[in-house]
Amino acid sequence: MLDGSAFSSNMSFFKPILILSFAFLAVFGEATLSAPRHWLGAQIDLLPALMVYTALNADLVTVSLLAVLGGLWFDSFSANPLGVSILPLFVAGFPIHLRRELILRDLPFAQFVLGAAASAGVPALAILLLLNMGKLPVMGWGSLWQWVVMTAGGAAATPVVFALFEWCGGALGYQQNAEMGFRPDREIRHRKILK
Amino acid sequence: MFKQQNYLALGAVVFVAVLLLSLPTRATERLKLAVGSWFLPLFGLAGAAQQLPADLADSVLPRRELLKQIDELRRENQQLKERQVQTVAIAQENDQLRGLLGWQRQSPWKLKLANVVMRDPANWWKTVQIDLGSRDGIQTNQPVLTADGVVGRVSSVSYVSSQVVLIGDPNCRISALVENATHDMGVLWASHPVDAPFETSFARLDHLASSANLKPGQDIFTSGLGGVFPKGIPIGKIADVTTEYGTVTSANVKLNANLGALEQVWVLFK
Repeated sequence: MLDGSAFSSNMSFFKPILILSFAFLAVFGEATLSAPRHWLGAQIDLLPALMVYTALNADLVTVSLLAVLGGLWFDSFSANPLGVSILPLFVAGFPIHLRRELILRDLPFAQFVLGAAASAGVPALAILLLLNMGKLPVMGWGSLWQWVVMTAGGAAATPVVFALFEWCGGALGYQQNAEMGFRPDREIRHRKILK
Repeated sequence: MFKQQNYLALGAVVFVAVLLLSLPTRATERLKLAVGSWFLPLFGLAGAAQQLPADLADSVLPRRELLKQIDELRRENQQLKERQVQTVAIAQENDQLRGLLGWQRQSPWKLKLANVVMRDPANWWKTVQIDLGSRDGIQTNQPVLTADGVVGRVSSVSYVSSQVVLIGDPNCRISALVENATHDMGVLWASHPVDAPFETSFARLDHLASSANLKPGQDIFTSGLGGVFPKGIPIGKIADVTTEYGTVTSANVKLNANLGALEQVWVLFK
């Protein structure tokens, strides 16, 4: 099992629940906190960054659940048609999950680049889907700035998400027992020597 | 590389997405409201957290400051009472004159105050959520305004909250009347494209007559056409005018209400 974090394999439900809880709070935060809009002119989406972490550190069921539930939660607050955000999120996470053995997931730079790619790809795919469905989202030259902010914000958030989950794994998960110095096969059998 | 479980996951997610996108609009709206209701406990927490600093500030405010504020509020209250008396007299006179002319009597507006609790997390829509729902008598297409002017209309309603689509979103179109000699009319719609993401208080006035005589600074009000917005609610002022071959084709409108900083709004009941 590919599991590079402090989470134990015995706690198979702990990590998905933690990831989905984080997604739930992230969507709520995006809808209630308007400071990024005031300061940067766009809201930063944390779901792509979370999807990168999930694709690299969790199983495919969790990736699928995050795409479906995260997309549903996001769309429930938005004027998006319900379900539009599911496919872009999954498309961001699925290829990363397939190639996770080849990715240096512990390097912050790799996390940053993957976060940037996912944060740029998810809104672009969502808008493409909306346009295909005949919807008219509010767009213009300023949308490019918003896209750059979303990409940079998501990229910066990805290493933070990794660090946060590592910390949560350490604080809330089972710790691995340290190996004992005592080894029974190395024990000197006094009786045999005496004989 | 592509195992069976990968096919299964891909198929399941695509199936769910396609199923949701192909549902009828009414079913989608109900499902949306149901999913949105999962966040209800967090609404309360967020409200309490927002209220906490205000409560703390109130508790540490010095007595002298409070007395000063009470004095100012009394004075303001007195002025408003005098203005109300004048307004009632004007309204009665207006009703009498309308009666003499055989015009229909105007019913006074009924307003309900609502708090803006959420904004659209997607950057490509302009909607907000308010804390009034069907239990408060809210229905779709009710106008929403602030003291400065109109801000949008109710687009969907759940039991405890409603979604308001703001001016500038393609789903909010308002028939507008320009206060000039020719009383030009147009439609405020589709929005000012997001050329300046920090500027949220502009919209575009289109569908103008070829003889329109627009100038920057002219006031714009709702025309009353369309059946959603009553006549005479202020919208904004014309900021600049676009002309092609000497004919005015559209105008940028600076909205009176600051849509980027909405905290409380009024929902208008007809």
